[in-house]
Amino acid sequence: MNYKSRITLDIVFKVVFKATGYLVLALLGGIFAMLIYNSISFFLDVKPFDFFTGMEWAPTAKNPKYGMLPLILSTTLVTFGAMLIAIPLGIGTASYIAIYAKPRVKNILKPTIEMLAAIPSVVIGFLGIVVLSPGIADLADLPNGLNALNGAILLAVMALPTIITVAEDAIHAVPNAYKEASYGVGANRWQTLRKVIIPAAAPGVITAIMLGVGRAIGETMTVLMVTGNAALMPTGMFDSVKTMTATIAIEMGEVPYQTTHYYALYAIATVLFFMTLFANIVGEFFINRFRKYHAV
Amino acid sequence: MQFKTNRLSSVIEWGSLLLSTAIVCFFIAVIIWEIFSKGFSVLSWEFTTMVPKEGMTSGGILTPIIGTVLLTLITSAFAVPFGICCAIYLNEYAENTWVTRTIRAAIRNLSGVPSIIYGLFGLALFVQALNFGTSLLAAGLTLGLLSLPYIITTTEEALKRIPNSTREAALAVGATKFETIKDVVIPSAMSGILTGIVLTLSRAAGETAPILFTGAAFYINGSSGYVNQEFMALPYHLYMLSTQHQSIDQVRPIAYGTALVLVIVVFLLNLTAFYIRYKYRKDEN
Amino acid sequence: MKTKLSAQNLNISFGTKQVLKNVNVSFNEHEITALIGPSGCGKSTLLRSFNRMHDLSPDANINGTIMLDDLNIYSKNIPVTEIRKRIGMVFQKANPFPKSIQENITYGLKINNLPHGKDVIEKALQEAYLWDEVKNDLKMPATRLSGGQQQRLCIARAVALRPEVILMDEPCSALDPVSTLKIEELIKHLKKKYTIAIVTHNMQQAQRVADKTIFMYLGEVMEEGPTEQIFNNPKNEITTNYINGYFG
Repeated sequence: MNYKSRITLDIVFKVVFKATGYLVLALLGGIFAMLIYNSISFFLDVKPFDFFTGMEWAPTAKNPKYGMLPLILSTTLVTFGAMLIAIPLGIGTASYIAIYAKPRVKNILKPTIEMLAAIPSVVIGFLGIVVLSPGIADLADLPNGLNALNGAILLAVMALPTIITVAEDAIHAVPNAYKEASYGVGANRWQTLRKVIIPAAAPGVITAIMLGVGRAIGETMTVLMVTGNAALMPTGMFDSVKTMTATIAIEMGEVPYQTTHYYALYAIATVLFFMTLFANIVGEFFINRFRKYHAV
Repeated sequence: MQFKTNRLSSVIEWGSLLLSTAIVCFFIAVIIWEIFSKGFSVLSWEFTTMVPKEGMTSGGILTPIIGTVLLTLITSAFAVPFGICCAIYLNEYAENTWVTRTIRAAIRNLSGVPSIIYGLFGLALFVQALNFGTSLLAAGLTLGLLSLPYIITTTEEALKRIPNSTREAALAVGATKFETIKDVVIPSAMSGILTGIVLTLSRAAGETAPILFTGAAFYINGSSGYVNQEFMALPYHLYMLSTQHQSIDQVRPIAYGTALVLVIVVFLLNLTAFYIRYKYRKDEN
Repeated sequence: MKTKLSAQNLNISFGTKQVLKNVNVSFNEHEITALIGPSGCGKSTLLRSFNRMHDLSPDANINGTIMLDDLNIYSKNIPVTEIRKRIGMVFQKANPFPKSIQENITYGLKINNLPHGKDVIEKALQEAYLWDEVKNDLKMPATRLSGGQQQRLCIARAVALRPEVILMDEPCSALDPVSTLKIEELIKHLKKKYTIAIVTHNMQQAQRVADKTIFMYLGEVMEEGPTEQIFNNPKNEITTNYINGYFG
C-alpha cells in the first residue's frame, strides 16, 4: 500500500472512531428525548398532580384513571423488602469472602456468585412461580404465593451478586495499613472488621447498595411473573402488587398507538429512568469518594 | 472474664457472617437443583431438535433455540463493531475534554438504564420510526443497543492493559496510528475483548424485556429465519409457558426443559469466557 | 567529521513546564554520541524529539529546528513515517511486538513496502548478533526470549529498515551485565554503518562506547565534546561535579 492511501486510511478511521463516540451520546440523548417527548404528550391530557398523587390506576376503565401512586408504592415496597434481605446477606457474605475465607474457598465462592449473576431473570421468575409461590402459600395460608413478598425475595436474589461483588471489592481495597494498625493495638478480627474496615469501606459499600437498588428498581421479568399484578394500593407484603416495570411490560403490548394510555406508560418509564439514574449517580458519587480517600 | 466474653462474641459474630454466606450458597444450590433435577428428564435429542407441537404441549423447542441463536448473531453484528470502535476512540484518541467526560458518563448511565426502557426505545425507533416492524432485526438491534455499554467498557479495559511502549515500538518503525491499533494493539488485547463479547452475548441471550414488543412471538409456524418477521426465543418461550399458556400444568415439564436449556447455554458461554481468560493468563506467563 | 543529525535552538515545553532550553547539539556520521546527565535533565526528551515521538503528546510545544543532513524533519513535505524509517529507535525496556520473532522484523518492512524475504530477516538478525541463537525458532513468539535477546531483537527490528540514524534510550538499563556487554559490543560494531545517539545513566558505559559525549543539566546542554575530554578534562564545573559523583 502506498504512503498516500495509508495516510487516508488513518484519517478515515480516526473520523469513524470519533463518530461512534458521538453516536453513544446520541443514543442516550435519543432515549431521553423519547421519554420526555411522550411524557409531555401525556401531561397534555392528564394533570401531573393527578398522575403523581392519584391512588387509582385504571387506564382501561370507562372513566380512565392514571394515578401512579399504587405503582410507585409497589415498586418501593418490593425494592425495600428486597434490600432488607439482600443488604445484610450481601455485606455479610462480602465480609466473609474478603476477610475470613481461605484462598481455596474464595476461588470457589467468587465464580459461583458470578454464575448466579448470569442466570436470566426469566428463569428466576420461573422458580418464583414453581418453588416460592407454593411455599409462601403454604406458610401463610393463602390461595397463591404471588405477592410482594415473593417479588422481594427474588429481587434480593438478583441484587445479591452485584452487592456482594462491589462490596467485596471495596472491603478488599481497604489498605492493609489500616488492618495492621488495628491488629497492632490488640483488636481481633471481628473488632477490626466492624470498627475499622467496614467504616473505611463504607463509601464502596454504599455504592454496592445503590447499584443493587438500581438493579431491583429496574427489574421487569421477575416481578412481572410473581407479584400478582394487581394495581392496587399495597397494604402489606402478602398483597398482590404491580410494579412500574411490570405495568409497562404488560400494558404496552395491548395499548393502541399514541393514545393517552400509551403516553402514560412512557410517563411511568420516565419516572423509572430518573429513579435508576438517581440511584446510579449516588452510587458513583460514593465510589469516587472512596477512590479519593484511599488513593494509595 | 472479659477476655472470654470478647472471644465468645467474636465467634458468634464470625458465625453470623458464615451464616450469610451459607444462606447465599443455599439460594444458589436451590436454583441449580430445582432446574437441573426437574428439567433433566425432559431433555433429549428430540427436545432440542423438534419444533413445538399441539399448542406447545408436546414436541420440542427447536424454533425458540434457532430464534435465540439468530437474535444473538444480529446483536453481536451490531454491538461488536460499534462497541470496539467506540472503545478505541476513548482509549486511543480521546483527550481529557469535557466532551470525552460526557461520553464516558453517558456510557455509565446507559449501563444502568432498565432493560424495559431499551425495549420502549427499540419499539419507538426500530419498529415504528424506521418501519422495521416487529421483527428479528428490530429485536436484535434493540438488544445490540442494550449490550453496547458493556462491550465498550470491557474492550476499553482490555486496551488499557496494553502498555504504551508497545504502541511506541510500532510508531518507531513507521506505522501510522491506525496501523498501530489494527496490527499491534487489537491483536494483543484480543483475549480481553473476546471475553467481554462472550459475556455480553450470554446476557443478551437471556434477556426478555427488550424483545417483548420488538418481535418475540409465542408461536411461529415453521422455523423462523427471516429478519423481517417475528420469531420465537427461549426466554420469551419460558415466560409464556409459565404464565400465559392455557394449560399451564400440562406444559410445565417443557417449561422446565426450556429453563434448563437456557441456563446451560448461559453457563457454557460464561465458561467459555472463563476459559479464554485463563488461557490468556497462562500464555502471559 | 560530517554532521548527520543536529538541533538548533531547540526549546520544548509540556504545558507550562519547559523541559529543553535552547539546545544546540550535533551528532557526527558513523560515530556514537552519548547523552549523559542526572535524572530530569531532558536527555530522553531530546532523544525522542529526533524521531518526532512528541507528536503523540497533545500538550507538547516544540520550537527550533532539527536537521537530518539538510532536511528539516518537521517540514511539511516529508511524512513523519518516512522520518521514522530513516531514524530508528531502541527503547529502554525491550518492547518486541507480541508476534513471532520473524514477524517482528517483517512488520516494519511490510508496512513501508520494503522487501521482507528470508534473506532480509537473516541479515537483520545477523547484524544484531542474534541469528545463531534463534535461526531455528523464527516462528516462536518473541516474548519467550530472554531480556537480552529481546533487546537484540529490537535492535534487529530497527536495523532491518536500513535507517541512517539509530536512537537508543538507555538500552541496557534493564539488562544484566553480561547482556549489557554483548549489546555494547554490538553497538560499537553498528557505528560502521549507522550514526548512533545513546542516552545513558551509566557514565562508565559512555566512556566504553561513545566517541563524543554531551552532558545535560536541567534542560540545557552544559558541555559537548570528545568523550576523553569530557571525562578527563571537563571545562564546566557542573560537569566536573557530576562526573565525580557529587550529585546525580
